[in-house]
Amino acid sequence: MTDQQPGHGNCLLEVRGLTKVFGELRANDGIDLEIKSNEIHALLGENGAGKSTLVKMLFGSLEPTSGQIFWKDKPVRITSPGQARVLGIGMVFQHFSLFEALTVAENIALSMDQDVSIEGIAEQAAVLSREYGLPLDPHAHVADLSVGERQRIEIVRTLLQNPELIILDEPTSVLTPQEADRLFETLAKIRAEGRSVLYISHRLEEVQRICDRATVLRHGKLTGACDPRLETPASLATMMVGSEVKSVSNAGGTITNEILIETRNLSASARTPFAVSLKEVNLKVRRGEIIGIAGVAGNGQSELFDVLSGEETVPDPDDVRICGTGVGRMGISARRLLGAGFVPEERHGHAAVSDMTLSQNMVLARHHSDADVFLTGGPLKIIRYDAVKKASERIVREMDVRMSGEDPVASSLSGGNLQKFIVGRELDRQPSVLIVNQPTWGVDAGAASRIRQALIDLAESGSAVVVISQDLDEIFEVATSIAVLNEGALSEAEPASMMTLERIGLLMGGIHGEDTKVEAQHAH
Amino acid sequence: MRIELEKRPAHSALFSMLSPFIALGLTIIAGAILFTALGKNPFDALYSFFIEPLTELWSLHELLIKAAPLILIAVGLSVCFRSNNWNIGAEGQFIMGGVVGSIVPIYFHEWNSFFVLPLMLIMGMIGGALYAGIPALLKTRFNTNEILSSLMLVYVAELFLDWLVRGPWRNPEGFNFPESRSFNDSAVLPELFPASGGANLGIIFALIATLLTWFMMRHMLKGFEVSVLGQSARAGRFAGFSSTKMIFFAFLFSGALAGLAGISEVSGAIGRLQPDISPAYGFTAIIVAFLGRLNPLGIFAAGIILALTYLGGEAAQISIGLPDKVARVFQGFLLFFVLACDTLIHYRVRLVTAIKARTEGEGAS
Repeated sequence: MTDQQPGHGNCLLEVRGLTKVFGELRANDGIDLEIKSNEIHALLGENGAGKSTLVKMLFGSLEPTSGQIFWKDKPVRITSPGQARVLGIGMVFQHFSLFEALTVAENIALSMDQDVSIEGIAEQAAVLSREYGLPLDPHAHVADLSVGERQRIEIVRTLLQNPELIILDEPTSVLTPQEADRLFETLAKIRAEGRSVLYISHRLEEVQRICDRATVLRHGKLTGACDPRLETPASLATMMVGSEVKSVSNAGGTITNEILIETRNLSASARTPFAVSLKEVNLKVRRGEIIGIAGVAGNGQSELFDVLSGEETVPDPDDVRICGTGVGRMGISARRLLGAGFVPEERHGHAAVSDMTLSQNMVLARHHSDADVFLTGGPLKIIRYDAVKKASERIVREMDVRMSGEDPVASSLSGGNLQKFIVGRELDRQPSVLIVNQPTWGVDAGAASRIRQALIDLAESGSAVVVISQDLDEIFEVATSIAVLNEGALSEAEPASMMTLERIGLLMGGIHGEDTKVEAQHAH
Repeated sequence: MRIELEKRPAHSALFSMLSPFIALGLTIIAGAILFTALGKNPFDALYSFFIEPLTELWSLHELLIKAAPLILIAVGLSVCFRSNNWNIGAEGQFIMGGVVGSIVPIYFHEWNSFFVLPLMLIMGMIGGALYAGIPALLKTRFNTNEILSSLMLVYVAELFLDWLVRGPWRNPEGFNFPESRSFNDSAVLPELFPASGGANLGIIFALIATLLTWFMMRHMLKGFEVSVLGQSARAGRFAGFSSTKMIFFAFLFSGALAGLAGISEVSGAIGRLQPDISPAYGFTAIIVAFLGRLNPLGIFAAGIILALTYLGGEAAQISIGLPDKVARVFQGFLLFFVLACDTLIHYRVRLVTAIKARTEGEGAS
């Protein structure tokens, strides 16, 4: 135990110097946090800022590397979720853990530590749900409930433990605006009873609306603590995305008027309850241009990538055009033949098969576009592994991929080195169009700058590049123009030199015009 | 207290290779215990079960007759399983292959021609493939679980065959026995060495199927596609491969081979249709596929081992006086031990006590 000096009296939970290190990465670096009793406290930050890591330490799912947690001014070590519940901390997770075939009451009973009869629980749940304005039928089957109702089960289940602090992880990300309004009323009631709420979100508007105080994280570090009501969305956004923007090194290549990638009023409806539908996306990328698409995760990035790459097709060919050809109905292989290259966000299981070797992963992305080199035997399509190996060695050399062994399996490479290989695999073809989703996600700084330089070089050599990224530093570093994706709608691209952080922050928060009212995404 | 399986960070390559042999060893030990419990001398019993069938030339022929359908079916299943499609209904596809292939020799029983046999074999393959196409269609169209649909179709096929040989296809000169006409000479699969025993062309088909499938999986883009889609459907889509087409390919491929096995069995070993044409070859082939590590060459060896359990079962009936169900028990042992070995190579067993379980119960997000 380090210093045991107690906090300022009415602190329910206090955290000092909390640090969590995963290998090289400092996911949380010296975080201080105070949650008073009787308040709704917001935890703000981009994806990957360290919010989940911090919360997992508070709930006992992760053990801190160093630092101290005080509960009601007493130092505590929280080693398990069970212990957190005993202390009086309850948590509602973003993704629910419910059995669809069971009823509401049965699901609640499963999570109880004590043995209580199902009927008893059903009664308690009914009382609680009335008190808190969370209409819920304890005997309904979960499979028949909407996403909002399922979330109510989780909340009621947490309230039954009678916690003093309730942690809510991105609770509105799956709710319709109406359901969200109802949730906010419930939270106000919870606060009125003297409980506290730690509210994790990246939606600035809600945080300003319901939270008393806010703590902002960025890259694992604390960047601010404030009263959100006294801030503007722009100032909150600046705290979230950081102000230390590096000097913009716009690609000096000549941008011609030739449009290589274009979408025209591209719309695509959500395929799952957790997906986002794209709304009339208009995008034009010219030869020599790098367009950066900023936005907080879960606003349609992967959906946009899928329709651009052809992993999802759209009915109208001209909704997506690559190099002047309407490709809406073409698959990814046909789009590659037109000269397009793609780098998806997820390395394992999407851009690469983890248990396959690098040369096999070479075949994965290029068997069609490089068929004349990689395949032989006519219709038998025999893979020429000697030619494939030669090509993958070339990429390893070009991109400085560090690995052990001659042709190791993809899973044995570090994230950065595998990403260099995956990006290199596309660059090696000299694509005239390159679409990249989160190019340096979870990649070390060295590899990240190598990859960014490669993207800039590609645009200078006369290609059109789309970079979808949550990292604004990255966007400012590589992009010639910037657009923001919010709730499936893309703002108009503006030259990077004219863009300011405040403006991006506002667009990210969805405060552009009247289109904040989005259609409800029901999970029926 | 509960038992949990925990994934090992890395699995031993040596044990992965040895696993079928360990499983075989454990099966023999378990068999010895079983025989002892039944009051038989375990050594004598194991000898007559596993060794005796290998000591005479005619029983080696029998071994090849039993191994051929097992290998043919299992090679097809290996492609299916590698693509992450779980066709459990090879038994039904085997039966439908036999039925469709028998159309020619039953309706045109007076037609003697060189073309009869090839036509029968092709029709058998088509019959098996189409029957396997049903679960594939249900899976792609309605997202139906293919394990259940393919398994249930086995019983449909069995009853269909039963109805045929008791009804429309019953031999009019057969004294009301539930059998079809005997096939004429040009519809019977030729024997390889008629002088010494009954082994027929079936084993040659099995050998060819093994080699071609091995070549496809090892060297061709199609085989690569099977592995990619089997390991990650998302990566397969990124590569431009279609999961839907793969579901059809895998089912039609394995169905065709099961159908070929079916018509080969009917035309070679039996010579007519009857209510019961398979001692559960289609199910035993699942064991063969896994014992052979889903590798066609391994499957060839595994097919011979499982064929031996059939002969051993017959031998057990004759020389030690045990029912031939012993063969099924041995096959069950073998599948159980293969799966157990594979599981324990990838996972370790951990006991979680009640107190620990309560505190660890939830929390993963």
